[in-house]
Amino acid sequence: MKARLSLGPVLFNWPPEQWRDFYLRVADEADVDAVHVGEVVCSKRQPFVAPHFAAVIDRLRRAGKEVVYSSLALVTNERDAGQMHELCAEGGLTVEINDIGLLRVVGGRPHVIGPLINIYNEGTLAYLADQGAVRACLPPELPLSSIDRLAAVKKIAVEVFTFGRMPLALSARCFHARAHHLHKDGCQFVCGNDPDGLVVETLDRKPFLAVNGMQVMSHTCCNLLGEFATLRKAGVGWFRLSPMSTDMVAVARLYRLVLNKRIDAADGTKQLAELLPGVVFSNGFLKGREGRAFLAADELGA
Amino acid sequence: MELVCPAGNPAALRAAVEAGADSAYVGFRDETNARNFPGLNFSPEELREGIGLAHAGGCKVYVAINTFPRAGAEDIWRRAVANAAEFGADAVILADIGLLEYTARRFPKLRIHLSVQAGASHAEAIAFYAEAFGVRRVVLPRMLTVADIAALNRAITVETETFAYSIMCPMAEGRCALSAYVTGESANAAGVCSPTSQVRYDREGDVVVTRLGGSIINRFGPDETAGYPTLCKGRFVVNGVAGYLFEEPASLNTVAILKDLKAAGVTALKIEGRQRGRAFIANAVASFRALLDALERGQDLPTAAIQNLDQTAEGRRVSAGAYERRWR
Repeated sequence: MKARLSLGPVLFNWPPEQWRDFYLRVADEADVDAVHVGEVVCSKRQPFVAPHFAAVIDRLRRAGKEVVYSSLALVTNERDAGQMHELCAEGGLTVEINDIGLLRVVGGRPHVIGPLINIYNEGTLAYLADQGAVRACLPPELPLSSIDRLAAVKKIAVEVFTFGRMPLALSARCFHARAHHLHKDGCQFVCGNDPDGLVVETLDRKPFLAVNGMQVMSHTCCNLLGEFATLRKAGVGWFRLSPMSTDMVAVARLYRLVLNKRIDAADGTKQLAELLPGVVFSNGFLKGREGRAFLAADELGA
Repeated sequence: MELVCPAGNPAALRAAVEAGADSAYVGFRDETNARNFPGLNFSPEELREGIGLAHAGGCKVYVAINTFPRAGAEDIWRRAVANAAEFGADAVILADIGLLEYTARRFPKLRIHLSVQAGASHAEAIAFYAEAFGVRRVVLPRMLTVADIAALNRAITVETETFAYSIMCPMAEGRCALSAYVTGESANAAGVCSPTSQVRYDREGDVVVTRLGGSIINRFGPDETAGYPTLCKGRFVVNGVAGYLFEEPASLNTVAILKDLKAAGVTALKIEGRQRGRAFIANAVASFRALLDALERGQDLPTAAIQNLDQTAEGRRVSAGAYERRWR
């Protein structure tokens, strides 16, 4: 099976024009197989990119990309549920489910399960495959020992989150607004100030986490280049890149070069670091360790 | 409303039954439940006896098997369900889709409650669990306002249970990897958040510094009580300013909104705290019993019970949390 790259949805609140231009460039230049669009974190952001949605999807499709609509991850009221319901019921787009309620809408037709749905074991993955899921991006916290077993469930393609700030938690409370002493209802969309999230430090001023509206993310950037060979051997078919405000076309190019063994992982990581000055990498989850750790390939185990 | 009480061990279960719990929830002493703390929970034999004792006292027992089974180890969780069924548990509280599917198929007569860890926060999600697995009751995430809950109850056919007292959790339950990110232990899979083994309290002059996995979670002056360093309850720095970014160190107390929760159609009220001792259980359960009895009779809520619950919060600020919209 050919290894495929997917570009996850933009999780941050980028200015609408930047969001549009990002995807238009991806359509023209990025060597990825699937591209995810859609607001996953906060329903209040949805109206901003809506005017550009059709054009972006059209351009991505014409460029031969598989386009997937990623749904909202945390639905707390019926208005949001209804909106999602409508979008997904249209049927024209493949949906990535990030809230299990959508299964009732898209179940039975081919869909994708996003990394914010809890898949920890074979029973859950097989059940979801039977409901029509064709691909599942596993939760970023899963260790290789679990991925190994899940990738052996043959009736569904397994995807692993391999690049970007990792989603760690969600809340009904907006931490971005809270950090600015605002209430969520009058948030002034302050999350738009931070294209890669707002850094959270410990009291001794060490970078610790990042907040993105109602979402808490890793401060570190996931980098699984060094584990591609192992993941491929396990049967993982898809590798997800989660957008950050760097040159994602270049990131995708690097990931493809490592996947195709045109450059080795060490070289890939060195070039990736050049694209992301000051960024700290992590791969601890895959190795059954604290997610923020970055361990060498021979430290695999635990 | 039904009063659902925590029982972290046989003594606490006895205390809950004696104090007037309608039902108690318990877990096995292993990774199958979300309070997998050292010295807590029930061996299979203890649970068999405990269920007998509770039933004799007119109290139901729900068994929480609400972590997410590890790939390759699903049998451990399935055995827990089989044991709960065999011992005569009144319900199992589950979160994992694979385990729900297994339980509905193998034990069609066993009542299933959906754990808060499943994070079912709206009607569509709840309908999925009800239709697919026959779930009869949903424990609601601690993120809905009273108005949300009322709307929800109008839209669904299953019972709702909601948290009434004790700790607050600012994150969507069952969807939080913060502790795993810092300590390497997944709360979802292992049932422990901010594990004790990675906690440190260091005295630095007259200040106490708490750490989790080596990272500073909080710093307490001489006038402050050093709280346990649960990650989301810590003090952090954003834009150069230190503060409680995620959640203030407050206790959840719904006494002031009990009438509203009843009017919103809530079936059962849950006291959190399987990790708490027998004295806490006895006091909290007896107080809520008195409050709910008065509520049912349409009487004024007894002041003594209200004061009791305030005191148990140990001087911490008390809050109605996400039940009030301003929390967001």
